[in-house]
Amino acid sequence: MFNQIKRPLFIMLFFSLWANNSHSAINVFACEPEWASLVQILGGKRVSVFSATTALQDPHHIQARPSLIAKARRADLLVCTGAELEAGWLPLLLRKSGNGKILTGQPGHFMSADHVTLLEKPKLLDRSFGDVHADGNPHIHLDPHRIMLIAEALTKTLSLIDPDNQNDYQNNWSSFKNTWSRAITNWEQQSQSLRGKKIVVNHNSWVYLEDWLKLERVATLEPKPGIAPSSAHLTQVLAELKQNQADMLLYATYQNDKAVRWLAEKTHIPVVALPFSVSSDESLFQWYEKILSQLLDIKQ
Amino acid sequence: MRKKFLAAATIAAISNINPVWAISDIEALRKQVEALKKDYEQRINALENRLKQSEEKSQLAQQKVEQVAEKVEKTKTTSRTGQRNFNPEISLILDGRYADFNNDPDAYKLPGFTLGNEAGLGEAGFSIGHTELAISANADDKFYGKATLAIHDHEGETETDLEEAYIQTLGLGHGLTLKAGRFYSAIGYLNEQHEHLWDFADAPLIYRGLFGDQLRDDGLQVTYVAPTDTFMQVGTELFRGDRFPGGGNHDGVGAWTVFANIGGDIGIEHSWQLGLNHWRENDVDDRTSDGHSHGGAATETASFSGDSKISSLDLVYKWAPNGNPTSRNFKLQFEYFDRREDGSITMLNSGPPEEVSTYDGQQDGWYAQAIYQFKPHWRTGIRYDRLSSNNNGSDEDVLAEAGLDDEGHTPERYSAMLEWLPSEYSRIRLQYNRDDSYEDADNQIFLQYTLSLGSHGAHQF
Repeated sequence: MFNQIKRPLFIMLFFSLWANNSHSAINVFACEPEWASLVQILGGKRVSVFSATTALQDPHHIQARPSLIAKARRADLLVCTGAELEAGWLPLLLRKSGNGKILTGQPGHFMSADHVTLLEKPKLLDRSFGDVHADGNPHIHLDPHRIMLIAEALTKTLSLIDPDNQNDYQNNWSSFKNTWSRAITNWEQQSQSLRGKKIVVNHNSWVYLEDWLKLERVATLEPKPGIAPSSAHLTQVLAELKQNQADMLLYATYQNDKAVRWLAEKTHIPVVALPFSVSSDESLFQWYEKILSQLLDIKQ
Repeated sequence: MRKKFLAAATIAAISNINPVWAISDIEALRKQVEALKKDYEQRINALENRLKQSEEKSQLAQQKVEQVAEKVEKTKTTSRTGQRNFNPEISLILDGRYADFNNDPDAYKLPGFTLGNEAGLGEAGFSIGHTELAISANADDKFYGKATLAIHDHEGETETDLEEAYIQTLGLGHGLTLKAGRFYSAIGYLNEQHEHLWDFADAPLIYRGLFGDQLRDDGLQVTYVAPTDTFMQVGTELFRGDRFPGGGNHDGVGAWTVFANIGGDIGIEHSWQLGLNHWRENDVDDRTSDGHSHGGAATETASFSGDSKISSLDLVYKWAPNGNPTSRNFKLQFEYFDRREDGSITMLNSGPPEEVSTYDGQQDGWYAQAIYQFKPHWRTGIRYDRLSSNNNGSDEDVLAEAGLDDEGHTPERYSAMLEWLPSEYSRIRLQYNRDDSYEDADNQIFLQYTLSLGSHGAHQF
């Protein structure tokens, strides 16, 4: 019997000896590009950041691909949104990667939503209301004030994981805090004219932006969260919009634009296709600037 | 010191040489310096003002942030995690179908293969499939546990089957994970997936022929993920080996497997995984397959004893535009299995004397399938199955009796399906098979629903 099991064990041993790594920088696995950008700003040269999704992917629905398991295996820190946004793939990565550092409860398991309040917490959990998140709406990265709170918490986490470089993290945080505060003031001044504007959205992914810029959502194209717009529902929305004209149609570039285009054609309401997250060649700052300028462009 | 002295000496020397020039020059220089000083003072003042302003601004912003922070602090709820809130996660799968066959489903056979376990076509007409109740949770920070109960009808009786019941380590570190209990073996791509996750209503023919649809057993699994950019995983399983396609009563390790998977992405849109697997049981004792009776006599059942080994290769490729599978995606899947067996076949309840033959079996088969989600909520797919066998023994008649003679036929099957998925949690499927498993070709149609209630776990790649 022992001979039978010796061979597989030997093969395993061989593989475990052959693969050995040593890294100086903290390996960060970010679930979404906005957190990748934030960690990069706060961690500077002390971190090596990987983003599991791009701005063109729906973070609810990517697959637990082998490449992601490989990345999670080597991560020292996991930075995600939480609030069930990644429930369709992250738990599997955590179970499959065999990496203790990034498990729930460990310092390396950072969920942004744990550090801020969430809007739209459902009173009743029933799937006939669509794909609802029990904790509330998870798309918190569209509120710069919440980003600030998350950045502060993330700095503490970085210092905890890598105490040798905590001075660097503190310095990065201080300078981020200053620049970001100033940026917020600027953005809020620039966007005065957007207050009270009526918007129609594809998916209710913009709650925090609405809350921040005081936009008024008058209609949602998805009849229920995560359920694609039906023609019956669209007709209803169209009728409502004829009564109560909106200022713009908002959708994220990763989403299907068919319903939005159809409605735009019928109503002549301008369409704004906003990137839902930071793209690979820009920073969190640039992304916010881009979103605001796109919204302001429509206004004029 | 020396430098200062040198500089002073030089200045003295220069002024000594041109005293008149020096005086007017100094006057001009002084004026220039005065002007510069004034200019800079103005600039510095301006800068100071601006700095002050921006400091005030940032203070303002800071105040706002603090206000938000205060607000947040006041309304802060209890801490959340990234996982589902339900603890434990409970899910119930409802599955039912309407099936139509040209041939009698009870006459189904796969020449060259003995059918065991749950292999077969199921019933014609309305029937419910596996109703699965799964409960899982992280027990603590060290272990995850899962149990799946399957409730299904078998020959007119409702049976409850403990499909899976296992524990798994969490974050053991170094890429190691241990699993113990009853679970689906990691060999093969489809084997680990529950039936309701399959893209067709029935198992590939090779899974039906070798495993009686799926291989699961009681035992221990160890996997190791290498710390490399390309996904590399190796693993081994030690099994009791009593279950089909093993057999007997083992008090140690009856069967074992080794497997290796590599995988990765090509750009942002393509991903792939390749697997190599091996299963072995050296002491299969009395593995019985489905019996068939001869006009009311006791059922004659083929029983195999000997050693058995299965090797397999699987390849999966997936595509999604921009790596975003929500509206459109494509999947290509291929698996090949080869089984070699050496031992004897006994026909139970035959004779006396019992019919016995030596057995040298060689069976292989593959399937390939392509699934395309062409728009949100709609998927379509095709599949092709093909098997072959070359089984020999001392008594060809006994092998033929056992169903191990290929009857000069190559089993194959063509399938096509169309699915409508109103949401992530429900699916209606229409499937057509042209089934050439045995010499009488069969046309099969399935209309199937699958619903998932409660917690909806993450899907494997």
